[in-house]
Amino acid sequence: MQFRSPLGKARGLGSAKDGTHHWWMQRLTALALIPLAIWFVANVVSLSGQDHAAFAAWVKNPVSATLLVVLVAATFHHAQLGLQVVIEDYVHHEGLKLGAIVAVKFAAVVLAGIGIVSVLRIALA
Amino acid sequence: MALSILHRITGIGLAVGTLLLIYWLWAAASGAEAYFRAQTLIGGWFGRLLLLGWTLALFYHLFNGIRHLFWDAGKGFELRTARLSGAAVVLAALAATVVAWAAGFMAR
Repeated sequence: MQFRSPLGKARGLGSAKDGTHHWWMQRLTALALIPLAIWFVANVVSLSGQDHAAFAAWVKNPVSATLLVVLVAATFHHAQLGLQVVIEDYVHHEGLKLGAIVAVKFAAVVLAGIGIVSVLRIALA
Repeated sequence: MALSILHRITGIGLAVGTLLLIYWLWAAASGAEAYFRAQTLIGGWFGRLLLLGWTLALFYHLFNGIRHLFWDAGKGFELRTARLSGAAVVLAALAATVVAWAAGFMAR
């Protein structure tokens, strides 16, 4: 005789709907980062050896500023998702694993915040 | 096999490298003097060595990531294709790094 409902058994084991979310976001941010990374490297290369005024002028361009903000957000989202998989694969102590994942996620949010604020400070200065 | 673990290693390296990227952006936002200090630091031999490694890691991760996206779509799994695309990724990463640095020196 089964007294537990199927829903009761499934609860707490994670959602069947959101299981692919992590995987999908990693690919989506990867796809976005292909053109963004190439654009970024090309521009930084052309700015190499130039002074602060030249760099600020580039960031002040609304297209550059927007793409830089998107780049920073996508980079840290992607990095955080990737590092989580690495931690899950190699750290087997539950507490340590959880701590490391939380630390990585917090660090990613703080660093992305600093990056975006920096871009906006230059763009709006 | 080796290329697969290299994807993770370069990914971790790039994540650590974002610290330098954020420092550089923060310095630029703090003014001309701080930006000059950051440029001097990155322009030194050790900074350049880090940047060279970062460039190579970025291009490798980028090209190998594209290879992974094709695999996700179920394409390119044949052993011959996978070996060829692996070699292409390594060559493309080396070539892109050389081109980026050559262009950087020419831009100066």
